Amino acid sequence: MTEPLNLVLFSGTDDRLTAASVLAAGAAALGKPVNVFLQYWALDAFRRERIAVDHGLAPEAGAEGRAHVDALRAAGQASWADTFRQAKELGGVDIEACSLSMDLLGIEEKDLDPIVDGVEGVTAFYLNAGEGQVVFI
Amino acid sequence: MTTNTIDRQLDAKGLACPLPIVKTAQSMKEMVSGQLLEVLATDRGSVKDFAAWSKSTGNEIVEQTTDGGVFRFVLRKK
Repeated sequence: MTEPLNLVLFSGTDDRLTAASVLAAGAAALGKPVNVFLQYWALDAFRRERIAVDHGLAPEAGAEGRAHVDALRAAGQASWADTFRQAKELGGVDIEACSLSMDLLGIEEKDLDPIVDGVEGVTAFYLNAGEGQVVFI
Repeated sequence: MTTNTIDRQLDAKGLACPLPIVKTAQSMKEMVSGQLLEVLATDRGSVKDFAAWSKSTGNEIVEQTTDGGVFRFVLRKK
């Protein structure tokens, strides 16, 4: 279990970010290092000012999907941001913002939530990814 | 005597995957080798998840019972 899990987060909707946070936390609980690389709309969702707001769902969710997600939340399911925080408490989880996406969105490191560890380019991401799987969400 | 003395308890009932395992891993970090952790969980994936976590991390499941949808595990820290 020494090879890291490498998650590339692209989508910024709550359902996809929740799925990603579950994968990250599960791997962290197994003692697996996790590298998270934030691009585009996922990075936008990790802004300090936006991390706690409603980010909507993927188009395939529809009204019925929305109702299921709301019911699970009402039953006490943790938000994706909280699940990432829990994963980070276990250690071995590194969350990096894609520098290109930072330029695209016109945001600075200070605009990001503190659970983001830093900013890096794709080369650093691949170097840290090593021989581990890369998952694009 | 083979009765196990529980050193620490974790109530993870009502928590959805992966939080029961995450909180178990967090609790274990604060324990010392050989201590026993009792976990209660209701997540339907718990039986397979705790088995996989135990196998992967080396923390042994010494007791496992189910009572009305509540899964109970006693784990010994490696």
